[in-house]
Amino acid sequence: MIKKEMVRVESSSLVARDTVKMVLENEYISRLAVPGQFLHVEAAGHTLRRPISIADADREIGTVTIIFRVTGSGTKQLASCQPGMTLTVLGPNGNGFPFMQAGSRVLLIGGGIGVPPLYYLGRSLAVKPCTVKAILGFQSAADVFYEKEFREFAGTVIVTNDGSFGEKGLVTDVIEQAGSFDYYYTCGPTPMLQAVTRKLKRKPGFVSMEEYMGCGVGACFACAIPARDGGYKKICKDGPVFPAEEVRL
Amino acid sequence: MTNLAVKLPGLSLKNPVMPASGCFGFGREYSKFYDLGKLGAVIIKAATGSELFGNPTPRVAETPSGMLNAIGLQNPGVEKIIEHELPFLSQCEIPVIANVAGSIIDEYEMVAKAFNQTDMVNALELNISCPNVKQGGMQFGTDPKMAAMVTERVKRVSNLPVYVKLSPNVTDIKKMAKAVEAAGADGISMINTLTGMQIDLKSRKPLLANQTGGLSGPAIKPVAIRMIDEVKQHVSIPIIGMGGISSAEDVLEFLLAGADAVAVGTANFQNPLICPEIIEELPGVLHRFGFDSVADAVGKGGSHAHV
Repeated sequence: MIKKEMVRVESSSLVARDTVKMVLENEYISRLAVPGQFLHVEAAGHTLRRPISIADADREIGTVTIIFRVTGSGTKQLASCQPGMTLTVLGPNGNGFPFMQAGSRVLLIGGGIGVPPLYYLGRSLAVKPCTVKAILGFQSAADVFYEKEFREFAGTVIVTNDGSFGEKGLVTDVIEQAGSFDYYYTCGPTPMLQAVTRKLKRKPGFVSMEEYMGCGVGACFACAIPARDGGYKKICKDGPVFPAEEVRL
Repeated sequence: MTNLAVKLPGLSLKNPVMPASGCFGFGREYSKFYDLGKLGAVIIKAATGSELFGNPTPRVAETPSGMLNAIGLQNPGVEKIIEHELPFLSQCEIPVIANVAGSIIDEYEMVAKAFNQTDMVNALELNISCPNVKQGGMQFGTDPKMAAMVTERVKRVSNLPVYVKLSPNVTDIKKMAKAVEAAGADGISMINTLTGMQIDLKSRKPLLANQTGGLSGPAIKPVAIRMIDEVKQHVSIPIIGMGGISSAEDVLEFLLAGADAVAVGTANFQNPLICPEIIEELPGVLHRFGFDSVADAVGKGGSHAHV
């Protein structure tokens, strides 16, 4: 269940341009967090919390990892937090990725700051065991992170918009290279999610979505989006993960 | 023992603190964080005659000491609220104030009638001040004649006490307050959000899809205090004060300005436990500044106070 928890910053490091990896100590959240969930993180001096997806969790030592991009004053403030400092988070929030049965072949398709939740997911699927492949897209070589980490459990293709690292182009340009698979999971900017779900419309898949949030718990309707059935979904509470056919991107 | 209880038309509150409309949904989400029975009351999200889907996203943007929102009154419609949401709140044994919105006066009437037919609502809050819908909302809240008309029409169909939520987006808030009092309002809620805009430097477009939104949070607290201070001198009906409250000290400031009770809005987003925390700290704060009860402090400060 979601709770307001204090977390202690264990470490903080830059993994790519403007991209910060932070390991947070909290026994409760590390125990409950499943891939695809997020934390609603306090940024001191800011009215709204920042929704940041969970990139990994370690139940044994009681830590949870977040990776976020510094895009404004809130994430800049967060990035300035030093090891030993504490912050409050609401979490774990939302619903995670549904797991497929052992033996499935899954494809992970991540773009930019949408890559982190797929790491925790892929790592967890690989031990089921599932066959995991990954396509990770970034703007440029300076933005690439976690290539080595993904390769530990997944055949991985890196693609950059400008071709400065890996293949040149968009994630959808290299999907064929992944070969056959049973399910896909994707997270990234909306135009990428649109392109991926269009290209893979015959395949079952799950998308993880991002939106500006208010409360982060489902009360304020800031992140409500239209659903295919004519209703709506709250990204924070009903998502952030949805079956690809359920939401209108 | 500090007495926190407040008596208002239709409402016996054990303390003066309630979550503000639109910031608390229908209570379910926050009940996971604490027992809602601790609250003075709850003001539920605005209800309209039929389901509204609201505005496109982004619907929120952060500002210095506050935020803009343009949700657009998204709600499942009054019937579904009565059927699916109110029974849950009834179990919590706290007074429920239902926020009523509409695009035409008939719709306000229809929603008010529907709430009157249940026994799960203790008072109505007329939303004539939402800045984020094209029709209705604020157009009723910026013209004293229109505000009086909607108040009168709702009063005619309602046995429940009616609190009218005023918009700060007017040049003379006293006129609005006097007009709704004369039209039969049992109380006033003030203030709703201030209309604002924020422009993204890269795209050069407004950050909110709706372009404008309502500013809330600590940034608007001084505006709320000034307006309550002003209105208090001109009306005799009670005031539920709101606008940027995030501490027990803020509550006392609103009481001093003339509010009889208060609502906490945006602060719930930063700290879901803010309401019970404020309620717990309030006796100590009242005591520290020389008051034995909430009622003692009402109207004891501000521009007209003899202190």
